[in-house]
Amino acid sequence: MPLELMDSPNADPNQREGLWTLNFGPQHPATHTTLRLVLQLDGEMVMDAEPDIGFLHSGFEKLAEVLDYNQYVTIVDRMNYISPMANEIAWHHAVEGLLGIELTPRCKYIRTIFAELMRIHDHLLCTGTCVLDLGGATAFMYAFNEREKIYEICERASGQRFHTGYTRVGGLLYDVTDDWIAMVKDFCKTFPKAYRDFAGLVMKNRIFVERTRGVGVLTKEDAIGGGATGPVARASGVERDLRRDEPYLAYDDLDFDVCCATGGDCYARFQVRMMEMLESLKIIEQAIDKLPSGPVFVSGTGKEGLPDKSEVYRSIEGLIHHFENIMPNRQMPSPKESYYGATESPNGELGYYIVSDGDFKAYRARTRPPSLLHFSLFSRMIRGCMLSDVAAVLGSINIIAAELDR
Amino acid sequence: MSTAASRHDLSRFGSEVMRFTPRQCDLMIVAGRVVMKMIPVLQRIWMQMPEPKWCISMGACACSGGVFDTYAVVQGIDRFIPVDVYVPGCPPRPEQLIRAIMDLQDKIKKTGTYNAREFQLRILPDGPKRFDEDELIRIRERNGLKLEEHKYDPIH
Amino acid sequence: MTQISSDSVYKQAIEKALPSVALRWSEFRGQHRIDVPAANIATALTALKEAGMDQLCDLTAVDLLEYPGATDRFEVVYLLLNTSNSDRLTVRTYLNEPNLQIPSAHPIWIAADWLEREVYDMYGIVFTGHPNFKRLLLPDAFESFPLRKDYPVKGRGERHNFPIITRAES
Repeated sequence: MPLELMDSPNADPNQREGLWTLNFGPQHPATHTTLRLVLQLDGEMVMDAEPDIGFLHSGFEKLAEVLDYNQYVTIVDRMNYISPMANEIAWHHAVEGLLGIELTPRCKYIRTIFAELMRIHDHLLCTGTCVLDLGGATAFMYAFNEREKIYEICERASGQRFHTGYTRVGGLLYDVTDDWIAMVKDFCKTFPKAYRDFAGLVMKNRIFVERTRGVGVLTKEDAIGGGATGPVARASGVERDLRRDEPYLAYDDLDFDVCCATGGDCYARFQVRMMEMLESLKIIEQAIDKLPSGPVFVSGTGKEGLPDKSEVYRSIEGLIHHFENIMPNRQMPSPKESYYGATESPNGELGYYIVSDGDFKAYRARTRPPSLLHFSLFSRMIRGCMLSDVAAVLGSINIIAAELDR
Repeated sequence: MSTAASRHDLSRFGSEVMRFTPRQCDLMIVAGRVVMKMIPVLQRIWMQMPEPKWCISMGACACSGGVFDTYAVVQGIDRFIPVDVYVPGCPPRPEQLIRAIMDLQDKIKKTGTYNAREFQLRILPDGPKRFDEDELIRIRERNGLKLEEHKYDPIH
Repeated sequence: MTQISSDSVYKQAIEKALPSVALRWSEFRGQHRIDVPAANIATALTALKEAGMDQLCDLTAVDLLEYPGATDRFEVVYLLLNTSNSDRLTVRTYLNEPNLQIPSAHPIWIAADWLEREVYDMYGIVFTGHPNFKRLLLPDAFESFPLRKDYPVKGRGERHNFPIITRAES
């Protein structure tokens, strides 16, 4: 039955009886973790798709009311687990905005480098699994090899491959060492070749292009009205990038372009992600060259940041400073206001709306999840496409169930 | 995912085939936290797998709830599903998962799988006994230890 | 965040749409907020959309039960964004029990669809005029509203209320 017939205001309800319901269940390889779609099919064509989510809802926002700002970063890490540090950077950006803390230049540059590394990390996974779902296992392996290098960089800085818990209010957990800088420079040298290998397998590949071009179109009005941000919106022609429009961290001093496309289909989203990886590499190269020296923690007037661990263990002032910052009743008070802080995470605009009642923990910390808004647009994107396009469209909007459900 | 990818290659240990339909599987790896909406689905998948079958609980959240002691997360899937090997860590390294699969292979060598009748003797649930926090508080009070007032009530 | 001065487009639009209602504007670290009574929220949001706020960034609620100095129980927050010049505005409205109903913003921005379902799921605030209003994240059989302050973090036993499968039955 053609789509127009179904949509028309005097559509005969009996004609819907020819539709076949298929459950694209919570456990399925193409759903990228646990989400469920109930599809109404007419033969191979998808007429309607109703998503059912919540299979990974863990009560993150309830935990925010119990843990303080420095402890909650471990939980926030576990939201978009494909690019964990991006969440931490976004969370502490919001907290530091609320508390009115200005970071040191070195901290800003290191956080910028990590934000861009995480962007490459996320886009490699998104594009790799998108291609894997359409059948290309080799490109997936190439993408994952590069991700291993980024895992090593995270491990050198913080000790863990991912779920690092690296940022703190006013600074970072540890400062970075010279061999970390050498590792990042090495990554910048080897990444372009790996990118060319990966792109060469996929971008002009006839099967891939035919399966993704014209599929899952999101119009510009739907993108803006539906709250889409990040690569999904930029691929539909919305020229917005928080790094350029509302600059934060060190993006003011760095030179980069904003990647947009006009198709709005899966191939456009794929292209935007590929181009963004190259832009991120440019940003990392500039930032690592300009990395300023100096302290990583804000010392300022109040004792806002945590002291260096060597000071904590060796001097009484360091110990008292640490005690004052960690013990529950003695931390710095926060203003009794609400604040919204957003950053450009690889998936879109990841923002935190924090309401504070004076304590060092949030009274309410709401995450603005880009995946939720993108997935709510899914039913608009999939109408009229074939069943096999469901995997392509799901892969291209990069839904991460942990961020979707929280 | 990294365990199956190029650097830590799981297919070296015989686990090349990752099929997503439970009807053709021997091993179920539960990775990550399981919430109460997902537990009936998980149980159904377990029942759909044919014997002999084993389960690995991967990650701190699947083993015990992890950091998420909230209203929605099941505090350990071994309360509802029989588990053979536990992999700790948040997240567990790929090497830990490979080690877990090797341990499971050793366990299978020892306990065998020919007819699975040995499983029928194990009718009690394997997981931890339901831990009653009220009981702990009563024991402490009996011993004279006073606990501080918590800001939120842990007994619920 | 841009300054919203007294002759800004948004202030004028709101004052034209709601001439007789007293609204409270406030500002914190460059972010502007307006408090609107719940009865006028639909007109206010439509006026703001026409004045240029074309994206609903987020829709959330806060339970002010334990907030020091709060006069109402629930606060529903709309974060609006103007994509062409990056203006942001926060619109807040207040609700009290037993009347937890508010008109839906779905006709104005389609993003409100799932955001309102989630607010209902977590707080129990009903949005009238919503096309598909039911719980989003929690199972349909779940009875309480978890993010309210009187609901404990560990829940009331719902998370372990399932049958146990042992080796013998599988």
